[in-house]
Amino acid sequence: MSLKVERVQGDRGVESFYLWNVVQGLAVTVRHAVTNLRAPRAVQTTNYPEEKKVMPPGYRGKHRLVPRPDGSPKCTACMMCATVCPARCINIEAGEHPDPTIEKFPVQFDIDLLKCVFCGYCVEACPVDAIRMDSGVYTFAEFNRSDFVAHKEQLLATLSQWAEPR
Amino acid sequence: MSAIGYVAVIARAVLALIVLLSFVPFTVWLERKGAAFMQDRPGPNRAALFGTFRLAGMAHVLADVVKLLTKEDIIPTEVYGTYYRLAPMIAAMVPLMTFAIIPLADDLAIGHFSTPLSVLRIPGGLLWFFAITSLAVYGVVFAGWASASKYSLLGGLRSSAQLISYEISMALAVIGTILVFGTVQPNDIVRDQGHLLFGWLPQWGFVVQPVACILFLVAAFAEINRVPFDLAEGEAELVAGYHTEYSGMRFGLFFMAEYMALVTSGAVAITLFFGGWQIPWVPTAALVAGAGIGLPAMLLVGALGLAGAGHWLWGWYRFYRERDDWRAKEPRILATGAVAGVIVCLGLAGLTFVDRASLPLWVPPVFALVAQLSAFVIKLLIFCWIFVWVRWTLPRFRYDQLMNLGWKGLLPVALLNLLVTAAIAMPMGVLSWVALGVAAAIIVVWYLASRHAPQARLRSSQSGS
Repeated sequence: MSLKVERVQGDRGVESFYLWNVVQGLAVTVRHAVTNLRAPRAVQTTNYPEEKKVMPPGYRGKHRLVPRPDGSPKCTACMMCATVCPARCINIEAGEHPDPTIEKFPVQFDIDLLKCVFCGYCVEACPVDAIRMDSGVYTFAEFNRSDFVAHKEQLLATLSQWAEPR
Repeated sequence: MSAIGYVAVIARAVLALIVLLSFVPFTVWLERKGAAFMQDRPGPNRAALFGTFRLAGMAHVLADVVKLLTKEDIIPTEVYGTYYRLAPMIAAMVPLMTFAIIPLADDLAIGHFSTPLSVLRIPGGLLWFFAITSLAVYGVVFAGWASASKYSLLGGLRSSAQLISYEISMALAVIGTILVFGTVQPNDIVRDQGHLLFGWLPQWGFVVQPVACILFLVAAFAEINRVPFDLAEGEAELVAGYHTEYSGMRFGLFFMAEYMALVTSGAVAITLFFGGWQIPWVPTAALVAGAGIGLPAMLLVGALGLAGAGHWLWGWYRFYRERDDWRAKEPRILATGAVAGVIVCLGLAGLTFVDRASLPLWVPPVFALVAQLSAFVIKLLIFCWIFVWVRWTLPRFRYDQLMNLGWKGLLPVALLNLLVTAAIAMPMGVLSWVALGVAAAIIVVWYLASRHAPQARLRSSQSGS
């Protein structure tokens, strides 16, 4: 491939002042300005802290533990999620469940949100649909590192953005 | 000078400063908000005074001022100290001094007392404007050279070449206006623009000197280093140009100077080409004589404006209240204030209308002053908008394009305009023919030059592999 440079004739005479072109450009910008001035709410920008966007379904936000009807976690502490997790951010301590048909339950279920890469593998791996990432929460801000570790109670209390009203 | 004379000098200096300096934050706000609306975004609206008053983003400007004043002022080690410190002062001084010759209203005459409404009235008149604006280049060059930085130096060099080139066309354009009005006194020029052409058209500068008007405006954009001619701070290649090495309030002074220069050149353009303080079709004498009717009418217009603003604010209040938004508080308070303002305006209008036959002696002249000052300020607002509008429409020129436009475009046109104006303005005689002959010669030379040295553009095209 070669570059060919050709000399072309530039604008001449009155055209070289670009006056008409300038007027055309000004018309375009003022049209936008007037439209937005008349309907400021039509601007696409979301005024963030006051208005929050609802995340689309499938958005992987902060995790939550799905509760049973009695409020305890569905989780059976099978360690599938902790095993598949590429960031190793899930820490489960299993305990014996009083109900022999359930066998185990998590005494402790911690997710370090600073380590988490939000890949969603834990959700895919779970055999009992106990962990989901459908809370729609994407803002994490805390004053301490330790506060970024989400504990079992907190994960249980988090609600889905879509299934139930928040 | 009598004691009252000194008071008058100080008072009009203060008035000019108030007009100029209150326009600076306003223009900054207009620039940011105007740019935002042209680019389909809401613009600054976060900062809030006392957590409530966002003033449609104007609180950001106040926050910026506080930030600039309290920021650390870093002076790099290698700079040439004196000139480095001098440069922002010169930059800020020039537009302030230029504004001194702008007449903000017609002369105020109460009884035997009379004062002009410009800070300075000197025999030189507009020559003051030329003299002082030429100094602007020193601020830029000192900053560029004394910063001991390559970016600053390049920005300063570009800017000085540009300022000097466009100053010539600007001066020639203004000389055409001076020829038409036959005086260099700004106030006399403005007064002359009050005359009517053909009995109905105000004889404003852009009517009698349309070419000079366009030339002046284009040159003014270049003179204040504004887009599309802001090569001095081409941020893509020069970081920030001549003020790269400045920080804190020293940078703030450059920033303010830029906007003061904008307001000042707008004021000069208004004075020369858009009737200055003239209200179209209403001369000063009519304003003074009709103050009894004019004052209540003005207050009524004010009340109407406030009512419109209140209605608009109330709409916002309802919009936010429906959403249970904390932002509902501000429009509610402001709308209440607007309603109070409407009541006060209506009351004053009624009082002055009842007393219109027995107004105190000082009221009619002061009313004329306020009305003309308002006309001037409204024109200035429109000009600020035009400067903002053009900035966010046009892309920046390339350096050779800038020089081509200045020397090969504007300068010949300015010369032609001057010569033709001179030929028409002078009593027809030998000199008129000489002027027209020179004009014809310029056209011939211009045509030949453009034929033999075509402004070639390079276009690269890709051909097969």
